[in-house]
Amino acid sequence: MALPRIGVLALQGAVDLHVHALERLGVETVEVRRAEHLALVDGLVLPGGESSTISKLLVINELFDPLAERLAAGMPAFGTCAGMIMLSSEILDGREDQLSFSAIDISVRRNAFGRQIDSFETDLEVIGLAEAPVHAVFIRAPVVERVGPGVEILAAVDEGRPVACRQGQVLVTSFHPELSPDLRLHELFIKGMAA
Amino acid sequence: MADLTNGIVSRSTGTDLVKRGLADMLKGGVIMDVVDPAQAKIAEDAGAVAVMALERVPSDIRRDGGVARMSDPEMIQGIQEVVSIPVMAKARIGHIAEAQILQALQVDYIDESEVLTPADEAHHIDKWAFDVPFVCGATNLGEALRRISEGACLIRSKGEAGTGNVVEAVRHLRSILGDIRKITTADQAELFDWAKRLQAPLPLVQEIAETGTLPVPMFCAGGIATPADASLVMQLGAQAVFVGSGIFKSSDPSHMAKAIVEATANYLDPDILVKVSRGLGDAMPGLEIGSLETKLSERGW
Repeated sequence: MALPRIGVLALQGAVDLHVHALERLGVETVEVRRAEHLALVDGLVLPGGESSTISKLLVINELFDPLAERLAAGMPAFGTCAGMIMLSSEILDGREDQLSFSAIDISVRRNAFGRQIDSFETDLEVIGLAEAPVHAVFIRAPVVERVGPGVEILAAVDEGRPVACRQGQVLVTSFHPELSPDLRLHELFIKGMAA
Repeated sequence: MADLTNGIVSRSTGTDLVKRGLADMLKGGVIMDVVDPAQAKIAEDAGAVAVMALERVPSDIRRDGGVARMSDPEMIQGIQEVVSIPVMAKARIGHIAEAQILQALQVDYIDESEVLTPADEAHHIDKWAFDVPFVCGATNLGEALRRISEGACLIRSKGEAGTGNVVEAVRHLRSILGDIRKITTADQAELFDWAKRLQAPLPLVQEIAETGTLPVPMFCAGGIATPADASLVMQLGAQAVFVGSGIFKSSDPSHMAKAIVEATANYLDPDILVKVSRGLGDAMPGLEIGSLETKLSERGW
C-alpha cells in the first residue's frame, strides 16, 4: 500500500519538527492552515504549541468545523502535548473559551507538571514499542486524568498517570516525540493508519 | 499498570532539550510585552503564546530615561496568577542576581535584555548555570553565537525596541540569516576565518555549515508595530515575533494584538493580511532611527 499523505496542523507550534520527522519516514506532508488543505490529507498531526492560541486560530481560520467533521468521520490523528489537549473530550485548567474535538475520550489537565522549571525528560516504556524505552521530553506538559471505555493507555508516569493513549486511529502523547530523533511513535501512528 | 510506573528515577529537569524545546513550542506565535495583570489578560485573550512581564514598555523606558531594572516580583506573580500561558521576564545584561530572583519566581523564560540598563559592561550571564531557559538579543550572527555559547536557548534579533520602526529588525534578521546562508557554502578553510571574523566558537560555526540553521530557534523583536510588520519579519525567516510597545501603545490594543496574532500565523496569506489590517486605529507613534539619543541595540557584547 502507498504511504498515506499526512497533514500537519500549521497554525502555531513545533510544525517544522513534525514535518521533518514525517519526511524522514518518507511520508508526504501537507501544512494545514485552511479548510481546503484538509481535503488533501489522509491523516493529521496536531503539534505541540500553545493550545489556547491554536484553539483561537482554528476558529479565526474557519478550520475548526471542517476539522471536527473529518475527525468525527474517523480521520486518523496524532496529537502531541497541545495536540493531545485539542483532540481530548474535556480540558481541565483550560481557558473557558478553549475548544477541543472530542476525538478521543479522555480528560486532560493542562500544565499538569507545573511551570517550565518542572519540564523534564525521561525514558518511558511504551506498549507496542517493546524493543527499547522511548526518550520522552515533557514541556509544561498536560496529563490524562480520565480515560473512557475503549481508550488504551500506552504509557504512564508517576505510578499510573497516563501520558500516551490510543483510541481507534487517534493517538495522543503528553510528551514531544518530535523533539527526539526516535521516530517510533510517528511510525506507530502511520502503521495504525494502514491497519 | 505496574509496568508503566517508570519515569520517576531517571527524570531530569533543566536540560538543553527541555530548555530549547519550550522555544520550539512558541514558534509561529506572538510574545507580548505587558506591564500589569490586566494587560496580560488582554494579551492572552488575543491569542499570545506567552507574555513578557516588564515594568515599562520600551517606548516609555526610552522617554523616561533613568535606569531600567528587573520588574517587581509582586507584579510578575500577579501576571502568573491571571494567565495560563508562559510568563517571561527581563533581567539586566550580566545581572546574575536578577536572573536568580526570576528563576526563584519560576518564570518560564528569562530575557537577558538590552532594553534594561546593563549591569555588566563586559560579561553576559553564564546561562548554563540556570534551569530556567534564557532568550538573548543579537544584531548579527557573531553576537547570536556568543550568546548561544553562554547558554542562551533562544535568540531574538534585537531590532530597535520602543521605536515602532521595523528597519533595524530587518537589518539584524538579514545580517544573521544572510551570514548563515554564506556559511553553508563556505569550505572548511573558510570556516576558520568565519569563526575569527564573527568572534564566535568554531564548533558552532561548523555546526551551522552542516545544518544551515542556528542550533536554537530565532525570533524577531524590536520595532514591530503592525500586522504587516509581523508578516515581513516572518517572511524574512523569523520563527515567531516579540511585540513590545507596538500593542499597548496603539489606539486599540486588544484589536491590534489579535490582528498581529492572526498575521503571524498567516504571514504568507495576503487576503488574511488585508482583512486583519483594516480599521485597526492608530499604530504606535514611530521614531526615525537617526533621531535616537540611545540605541538600545548597541548594548550587549
